[in-house]
Amino acid sequence: MMPVMAMFAMERLVKLAPVDIVIIVFYFALVLAIGWYLKGQSNTGEDFFMAGREMSSWVAGLSFLSANLGALELMGWAGSAYQYGILATHWYWIGAIPAMLFLALVMMPFYYISKTHSVPGYLKLRFGEPARALSAISFGFMTVLMSGVNMFAMAKVMQIVLGWNLNFSILISSLTVAVYVTLGGLRSAIFNEVLQFFLIWAGALLIPILGLYEAGGWGHLKVLIAQRASEQYVHLWSGLGAFNSNPMGIHWTGIVFGLGAVISMGYWTTDFLVVQRILAAKDLRSAEMAPIIGAGFKMFVPLIVILPGLLGLGLLPMHLTGEAQAAITGGHSYNDVLPLMLARYCGPGLLGLGVTALIAGFMSGMAGNVSAFTTVWTYDIYRPMINSKGTDKHYVSMGRWTTVIGVVISILTAYLVMHAASIMDYVQALFSFFIAPLFGTVVLGMLWKRATGPAGFLGLLCGTCTSIGMWGWVHADPTALRYVALSPYAKPMAQDMYQALWSFVVCVIVTVLVSLVTKPKTDAELDGLVMGLTKIPRVENVPLYHKPIFWAGVVVVIFLALNIIFW
Amino acid sequence: MISIWFFIGFSLLINGALILAAGLYQLATPPAEVTIVLYNLHANVWWGALLFVIGLFYCIQFRPKHA
Repeated sequence: MMPVMAMFAMERLVKLAPVDIVIIVFYFALVLAIGWYLKGQSNTGEDFFMAGREMSSWVAGLSFLSANLGALELMGWAGSAYQYGILATHWYWIGAIPAMLFLALVMMPFYYISKTHSVPGYLKLRFGEPARALSAISFGFMTVLMSGVNMFAMAKVMQIVLGWNLNFSILISSLTVAVYVTLGGLRSAIFNEVLQFFLIWAGALLIPILGLYEAGGWGHLKVLIAQRASEQYVHLWSGLGAFNSNPMGIHWTGIVFGLGAVISMGYWTTDFLVVQRILAAKDLRSAEMAPIIGAGFKMFVPLIVILPGLLGLGLLPMHLTGEAQAAITGGHSYNDVLPLMLARYCGPGLLGLGVTALIAGFMSGMAGNVSAFTTVWTYDIYRPMINSKGTDKHYVSMGRWTTVIGVVISILTAYLVMHAASIMDYVQALFSFFIAPLFGTVVLGMLWKRATGPAGFLGLLCGTCTSIGMWGWVHADPTALRYVALSPYAKPMAQDMYQALWSFVVCVIVTVLVSLVTKPKTDAELDGLVMGLTKIPRVENVPLYHKPIFWAGVVVVIFLALNIIFW
Repeated sequence: MISIWFFIGFSLLINGALILAAGLYQLATPPAEVTIVLYNLHANVWWGALLFVIGLFYCIQFRPKHA
């Protein structure tokens, strides 16, 4: 039997009581009501695509975080924590916090002052139309495909966890997202994302609380994990000195330079899905504070994602395995750990809230994909390439239609994946190709005034091709991983890190070399786009605790302390 | 315009009330077979009550005001 089909045949993990169904139905009713309420406040392009640029730092910051806190993220990383131990936390700490602070303090002023609608829009201002076209088309295409892949994966999860019909899950969740984003635009997406953020915490926080109570505290949990797996499962850094001394098969250079310096920088500072939320902030200070607030909460997300995985490793009576083996043996896979822990502790009512948290996570991620796709399509593809003379009302109408069309493409992608599961791996790999080189292009554009338009385009293109080439090389010959990751002991997890690192390096080298032989823009043309040529407004004579740099410092201190505590 | 925080409070209030009610019902009529771990802590009672109180606070603090 095929692994995917075998999973469909598995018994469902949890059984809902009537009160759980009421909680789930109430959630759907509320998000639709919010969309309906906001429909009258999204009549202009600025309202529909940028939420009127009037969000407070808290709303923008929580939405920024929530757009990334999808259900697959929750379940996938909980499964990774079971499989690899506390090493999975790197994706929440060094793989997020420095990048969020860098976005807030270094990059956000240029995004915000340039008044761009999108990241490709910034590339247009800084490097010209070719760079924007390459970035917008790749982002738009991949975003909508990713949305479909996530939709299918979520429907599969709902089938395994609750026994729900696949078509029912896909249609009910995607139509709900389509309705509330079409009605209220980005404002509706942001409002619902903040609501979803609270529901995710309310639904998931009980697991670590009860789990630690059952385990007898963190100290006892560490002992249980050491007995069942190894002591290295509860250490963040001490096992990263060599590829073969930790469960993930990765070296600290891959984590620090590949994940911390390239992948996370690329994702958190140039992926328009998350950056769009910050661009909706009401002023520059709010735009700077929003990622800092997001970083503050991000540091504690491992409580509801990683800790349940570790608790599962220490407490669950059964042994979880990979998807393929679980399908053969009829057991549970790593990815089931979060629903299993939910079913372990949550009675009627709490189970409904926990399932609502998973659904909310999925819908916030999908709404993020759809609203970002809508903006990039309308402002960076349709307007410059197809119809540049439309009225504002026309573009809003195009945005609403694009939302519907984006959801329809996502649904079609979901059904495509259903019939050819390998497509999921290709789409996820494709998405990662663009992020690392895009960061190289954007950051050079912001920090180096000598970078030229042709150089930006060629650097982005060569970096992307490098990423694709390396992926194809390892795909065709898995032993090539030893060359990409520079070690014969490297495991597949290391591939992404080093692939991103090399594509970033190629992008930067090509951009620098081509810039040196091409004509730069004048300083006047770069005003508002590049560091050193842009006057950044600063509020003087305010208490220290009103300044973003102060709160960034607080986040850094907590970040360092956490890394040392769990070293 | 109704604040986003009011919507969040309303959601926590209703969810808290439902979970608390389910917990109290379970206290009054205990199930014949307990399927969850740490049932004796009655998490749905105190977690539901906590969500209800937080939701109530948000609803009052950010209630819609007429101009």
